[in-house]
Amino acid sequence: MTNESLTIQINDCLPGAVIESGTEWLTVLVSPSAWKPFASQLRYSPLLEFDFLFCVTGIDWKTHLSIVYHLRSTVHHHTLVVKSLLDRENPEIQTVADIWRTAEFHEREIYDLLGVNFLYHPDLRRLFMTDDHTGWPLRKDYEDPVNMIRL
Amino acid sequence: MPDIPDYINAATNFPGTVHPTAGGGIVISKLDEVINWARSNSLWPLVFGTSCCAIEMMSTAAPKYDWSRFGFEVARATPRQADVIIIAGTIVNKMAPVLKRLYDQMADPKYVIAMGACATSGGPFFYNTYSVVKGADHIIPVDVYIAGCPPRPEALLHALITLQQKITRGDTREQIKTDKS
Repeated sequence: MTNESLTIQINDCLPGAVIESGTEWLTVLVSPSAWKPFASQLRYSPLLEFDFLFCVTGIDWKTHLSIVYHLRSTVHHHTLVVKSLLDRENPEIQTVADIWRTAEFHEREIYDLLGVNFLYHPDLRRLFMTDDHTGWPLRKDYEDPVNMIRL
Repeated sequence: MPDIPDYINAATNFPGTVHPTAGGGIVISKLDEVINWARSNSLWPLVFGTSCCAIEMMSTAAPKYDWSRFGFEVARATPRQADVIIIAGTIVNKMAPVLKRLYDQMADPKYVIAMGACATSGGPFFYNTYSVVKGADHIIPVDVYIAGCPPRPEALLHALITLQQKITRGDTREQIKTDKS
């Protein structure tokens, strides 16, 4: 499916969706509360059928956090990027680990390094850092006076 | 016999002289020197690599550089059979106790080579990193350091030969560790 026809499909699923174009992949901005039902539609709608979540990214923008999902359909061979902006003080978004199993570890990693709380995640605990670690190492304001030498 | 430079000579030549007698000869040597000669020419490295330096280490083992020419070919997958651990790569805080445990499990005499910038000082991860140990010598004592990011196989071979020289010179483990040459 081309980006144009994908845009029409997305508008059907999520009326009033904020869609950015002009890049190789179509990008949709969703609110955290709208993400989970939208994700279900993306996965199970026969015309969209995004069956492959190939990347989940967390970003700290200092004013807010954002999560970026990269989706691809191995049936229709189209790609979609979904972004969601989160509150930095209380970052919460629903998990999609039950839709795409790979999200389980991707979300654990983002929780581990940026402290995003993925609601209803089956096993949300530290991945790289030790279980007793406190703080979110990839936050821009993270400080660790014991291990870090600031330049 | 052609003039062989000392740095090659030291690691390979048998220490001792032949005292000729009727119908043959007697080799006269010191047992300590023979033991050191044997040790230095058969150093078994541990299969241990934590990042890109390990690729260079593999290259050093492969036919083009072929460290078996100097007696390092028997790479062991268990620390109990290894003589030398080549710290090939970044050591992160989470890896540090594993490295310590591997070193503790190696039988004496044991030697350590810190390969590359990360193992020497943390290298590119020295500043602004929460997870990297700033030099493997915070965890275990290091005998030979190699500069480079990553070092070329020639540099690793040079380090291995340097370690052989230290051993054949008859230094104790404590002397090897503190020797700055």
